[in-house]
Amino acid sequence: MTILKLAIRNLRGAGIRTWLNAVALSFAFVAIIFGQGMLQGMNKQVEDASTAFEFGGGQYWQNSYDPYDPLTLEDAHAPLPPVLDSLATAGKAAPILVVAGSMYPQGRLKPVLLKGISPVQKVIALPTAALGDTTEELPLLIGSRTAASTGLALGDQVTVQWRDADGAFDARDGRVVEIMHTSVGTVDIGQVWVPFATLQKLAGMEGEATIVTVAKGMRNTPVVEGWNFRTPGYLLSDLRQVVQAKSVGQTVMFSVLFLLAMLAIFDTQVLSVFRRRREIGMLVALGMTRARVIVLFTLEGALHSVLAVMLGTLYAGPLFIYLNRNGFTIPGMDTFGYALGDKLYPAYTAGLILGTTVLVFVVTTFVSWLPTRRIAKLNPTDALAGRGT
Amino acid sequence: MKNGGGVEDSVVVSTDKLVRTFRVGRSELVALKDVSLEFHRGEFAGLVGPSGSGKTTLLNIIGTLDTPTSGTATVLGERVEKLSPGQAAALRSRQIGFIFQTFNLLPVYSAYENVEFPLLLLGLSSAERRKKVTDALEWVGLADRAKSKPTQLSGGESQRVAIARAVVKRPELVLADEPTANLDAENSHKILQTMVGLNRDLGTTFIFSTHDEKVIRYLRRKISLVDGKVANDEARSPNTD
Repeated sequence: MTILKLAIRNLRGAGIRTWLNAVALSFAFVAIIFGQGMLQGMNKQVEDASTAFEFGGGQYWQNSYDPYDPLTLEDAHAPLPPVLDSLATAGKAAPILVVAGSMYPQGRLKPVLLKGISPVQKVIALPTAALGDTTEELPLLIGSRTAASTGLALGDQVTVQWRDADGAFDARDGRVVEIMHTSVGTVDIGQVWVPFATLQKLAGMEGEATIVTVAKGMRNTPVVEGWNFRTPGYLLSDLRQVVQAKSVGQTVMFSVLFLLAMLAIFDTQVLSVFRRRREIGMLVALGMTRARVIVLFTLEGALHSVLAVMLGTLYAGPLFIYLNRNGFTIPGMDTFGYALGDKLYPAYTAGLILGTTVLVFVVTTFVSWLPTRRIAKLNPTDALAGRGT
Repeated sequence: MKNGGGVEDSVVVSTDKLVRTFRVGRSELVALKDVSLEFHRGEFAGLVGPSGSGKTTLLNIIGTLDTPTSGTATVLGERVEKLSPGQAAALRSRQIGFIFQTFNLLPVYSAYENVEFPLLLLGLSSAERRKKVTDALEWVGLADRAKSKPTQLSGGESQRVAIARAVVKRPELVLADEPTANLDAENSHKILQTMVGLNRDLGTTFIFSTHDEKVIRYLRRKISLVDGKVANDEARSPNTD
């Protein structure tokens, strides 16, 4: 406790030098939290949106279905097993039939995936209720990106073509009954959503499905023969890898910033041990062991991190709270390639803040300790005479 | 070797055939050679001699800041050469006060905080510290400069703060290494008067290292060192006029 008091007193006495170091360190501290918070927010936002609009609580894939191989799509459909059918009836699952096709907006060919989904499903957040419009023979739900790329508007009619179960081509005119806005590009770009039963009938695949998405939070998903269950973790792994790749670059940048701050602390400590030789000698003469003097000097250095955290909290705390609540727009966010939405909401979690605080404290303490090892070799009588080190 | 009773009790420091050598390059420098001395409680004694005579080396050994190459040094019942760094630090912390030529005040502390420092190391309560520090500053006549930083104090004032710091914990022994070397005659006189007063009022033993005639005049015992050996050891009447 005495050492702590002395360290605080020394830091106070060092005046502007203390604050300069603390400010430099606080920049690093704030930048790390800001950047990591942005990545965590990105991650959370992407995962939340993908879960809400696409993956739910996981998906059953028909055995032949491989989203990375379009050629498998022809065979990727099978009768809905009773266990999954009953889940769908209970509103706990949404079967989706995927059929390769194309549409002809303004007479131009556009390859698309036709996806049949029940208009009454509530498992994923797609506005499928619009597909319940019984006045249309083939109601179409498309995303805003598809609408923009094809020039289609609400109420437009467009010819849709597909290959049925027997490999024969068939076509109908459909009408755009809803244009949805979603941050999840994978349910929008090149996707045309139609009523489940209609697509089954048009494609000659009655009672069949390709994917069955289960409700979020559903546990004990049954094992179904001929169908593979893909957990949310599996489905989100691609997105997580993208975020992770971005975080590597950011970590390098933060490491450089942190290194500079640590260099300032190290420099201060080296200078301090050199300039305060007489003081070190006097501290020993007054009854401190050299080990305690080392602890004192190390603590002085380490306390810079405490000051940095306090300073950082003071100037960055309100900013973080604001950003966390209101988010912010990054130009070109839609081109990031994953479901970010219009605004990015950084996530400053307790774990992130505590973790960063501990990291800054531990590294600062270590860097502060390194130069003080010289004190152990310092002869107090030399130190008192201003010699040594 | 702990003190026994009777006359031995009054022995604060004793050295027996003390030798201290230093290696300088390839040669060996003998700083102290067969120094055998005893200092009794309440003494006001000085080690006198030119530069390089071994005064500071002897003072450092008595202050447990250094250890002898051979021979023994017993300080307040403790054998210096056998003390661990922690034990030596504890002894200095409780029983020994230091005064240096260059004052060695802790620069970022106020006069009050400098004097308070040894008490913090002793773990005294805030109230106890306040009383003792106030008393010490009053002894040296600096109660009104308690808040001043060392840079705001004159040389004489700084040395008086150093004296207050040395005596605030009421040590048995105060070691003063050339305490007046950086002071003018008037300040030296004031400082020495202060120390004489403390020696008289508190019974503290003072051992000086000096070649300053102003200090020598105040000594009641003068030990002359020449080339690391005791050349003369005489009791004397101080002349403080």
